[in-house]
Parts: sequence; structure tokens; C-alpha cells
Amino acid sequence: MATMMSAITTTPDATDSPARWQDYLQLLKPRVMSLVVFTGATGLVCAKAPIHPLLGAVAVLCIAVGAGASGALNMWYDADIDAQMRRTRGRPVPAGRIKGAEALSMGVILSLLSVMFMGVAVNWLAAGLLAFTIFFYAVVYTMWLKRWTAQNIVIGGLAGALPPVIGWAAAAGEVPLNAWLLCAIIFMWTPAHFWALALYSSEDYEKAGVPMMPVVAGAASTRRQIFIYSLLFVPICLLPAFTGLGGLPYLAVAATGGLVFLILAWRVMRSRAGDSADPRLDGRLYDVRAGARDARNLFAFSILYLTLIFATLLVEASLGLPTFLNLIPGGV
Amino acid sequence: MSDPEAPQDVAPAETTAADRPDPRFQARRGRNIALALGLIAFAILVFLVTVVRLGANVLDRPL
Repeated sequence: MATMMSAITTTPDATDSPARWQDYLQLLKPRVMSLVVFTGATGLVCAKAPIHPLLGAVAVLCIAVGAGASGALNMWYDADIDAQMRRTRGRPVPAGRIKGAEALSMGVILSLLSVMFMGVAVNWLAAGLLAFTIFFYAVVYTMWLKRWTAQNIVIGGLAGALPPVIGWAAAAGEVPLNAWLLCAIIFMWTPAHFWALALYSSEDYEKAGVPMMPVVAGAASTRRQIFIYSLLFVPICLLPAFTGLGGLPYLAVAATGGLVFLILAWRVMRSRAGDSADPRLDGRLYDVRAGARDARNLFAFSILYLTLIFATLLVEASLGLPTFLNLIPGGV
Repeated sequence: MSDPEAPQDVAPAETTAADRPDPRFQARRGRNIALALGLIAFAILVFLVTVVRLGANVLDRPL
């Protein structure tokens, strides 16, 4: 750990090229931002509470900026790790285009700005939840969990799961059970999603000293845990249909996609994804690649599945379609 | 006879490194423009949010 902490913060090919505005945008992790905007907006719409469209847009903007601020703080603190991983070494701080102090300043300023603006323009419950989310991601996950435990992304997943709750709070001023159900869906989705990724990029994590599950517990244990988490995750995805949140289309999408999810997770468990290639097994190297393909399939489908179920909820709430409980004779 | 006053065909001077715009200057200009646009957008947003939050109450005051 000490070696890792004292690791270089810039790559050997770091350049003195000046920072462009695009580099500052990259500091905000726009891809993560887009997912957060999507789930946050879903929570806001599903609340079905009267909120002025401009204030709704401001709430989503604040969630996006808050997520971006967390990303900047993460890139500041993790520059040493990022510099050692192929996937992240091109980021602005490890590549030397932006100084760590600048990333830190940007993260702090945008955090304060997003929380204050959310509080003043929308409501303070949403602002408080946003502040907690930023704190949880930047401090609890980035500074503590990520370098300390193999459960880092399980617990840290809460930060990524809270945006729909913030969106709901922004619209309704309260966070009922259904809001937390959306949070639970993303929370339980995270382990299978990230461990599938880690199975075929564990060398990078190992090199950087990040205790991801495949590095600490081994690939076989990780594959087994992916399947167990998937068994828990899919039923939770069906719950919104029975709590007055999702309709019949939602139930169909969640059930069908859930079945595919379980099949893919089963295939990962049966594969050799993440096993290191043994030079004595030249003839079986194809099996290793095939295993990595199973992990990639699950990783890709997990994104599609989460997008589909949230999009279905979003469309149903926007169009005012009846919930599944409304369709049951004598239902709510 | 050619007119000595007529403009001569002059080969275009080669662009030297010194003539090219400094990438640091270009990057700084881009950052400044992005920052300015961001600040303007923020100011407009604050104005609009104020109008929406206050609504008709703007006119509800003793004159």
C-alpha cells in the first residue's frame, strides 16, 4: 500500500501540452454524468409530483454537476492509481495536462456550487442527499474503501445508486419506499457489473494495487459472487411492479431482461473468465479468451438492462400509464 | 516593356514556427471562452430560477 501511495502521479509520457477546455470536461467524467442524469431524471419523473419544468431541469443539472465534482475529486486523489492503469493513464491529471491542485479546486468549488444551488432553487432535502452522495463517493469510496477492501465497489455503489433518490426528493420533497427501491436496484446491480469488468482487466488493478475482488479472492470466487448477486438483483428489479411504481411493460422488460441477465451470469460462473493464462496450457488458451468473452457479455448487457428498466419506468411515468397494481382487478 | 510599378508575383513566404499561433495561447483562449459562456449561462439560470420561485409574488408588495 505504501508503495502504491508513493507511486508516480504522472505517466512517463506525460506532456507539457496546455490544458484545453475539453480536458476540464473530461475531469467531470461525462459518461458517468450521463448515467447519473438519466437515473436522477427517472427518479424525478417517477415521483409524479408537481414541479416547475425549469426547477426540474435545475435539479437534474445540479445532480450532474455534483457527480462531475465527485469525478474531479476522484481523479485528483487517484492520480497515482490512474497513472498505472491502461484504461485511465490518459486522464488529464496522470497525463500531466491538468495539475492535481486544479482538479481538487474544481471538485470542491463545483461540489459547493451544486449543493447550494440545489438547496436554494429546489429544496434542502435534495441538497442534503446530494452533499452526502458527493461525500460518500469522494471520501468514503475514493479515499478509503477503494484502496482498503475488496468490498469497495459493493459499499461504494451506494454513491452511484443515490441519484434517483435525489431526483425524487427534488420533485416531491420526500423519499418514500419506491425511491429507495430505485436506489436498491442500482446498488445491487453494481457488483455484477463491476466485477464482470474486473474479471477481464484484473491485471491492471493488480498492477495498481487496487484490491478488486478478482485480485484478492481470485477469479473463481468472483465468478461465484457475481452469480449470487445476480440472483439477488433480478428479483429486486421485479419489485417496482408490485409496489405501484412500474406497469405491465416494466414487468415484461424486467422479467425478460432479468432472465437473460441470470443466464449470462451463469455462463460467467461456468467460464474461466479472469483465470490467468497458464503457459503449460497452450492448447487451452482459447478457453481463457472464451471466458473473457462471457464476462464482457455480462458487462455489456448489465448496462443495457439497467438502461432499459429505467427507461421503461421513465416512459411509463411520463405517459401516465397505469401501474401493474392498477391493472389487477380490485387492485390499488 | 513591363511596368516597373506593376506588382510582382511574389512566392508566398513559408510559414515558420514563429508565425504559427502558440498552442498555449489557443488553449487559454478556448478555456476563457468556455468559462465566460458558463458564467453567462449560470447568471441567466439564476435570473430565471428567481423569477420562477418568486412568481407572481414579485408584484405583491407595498408600493
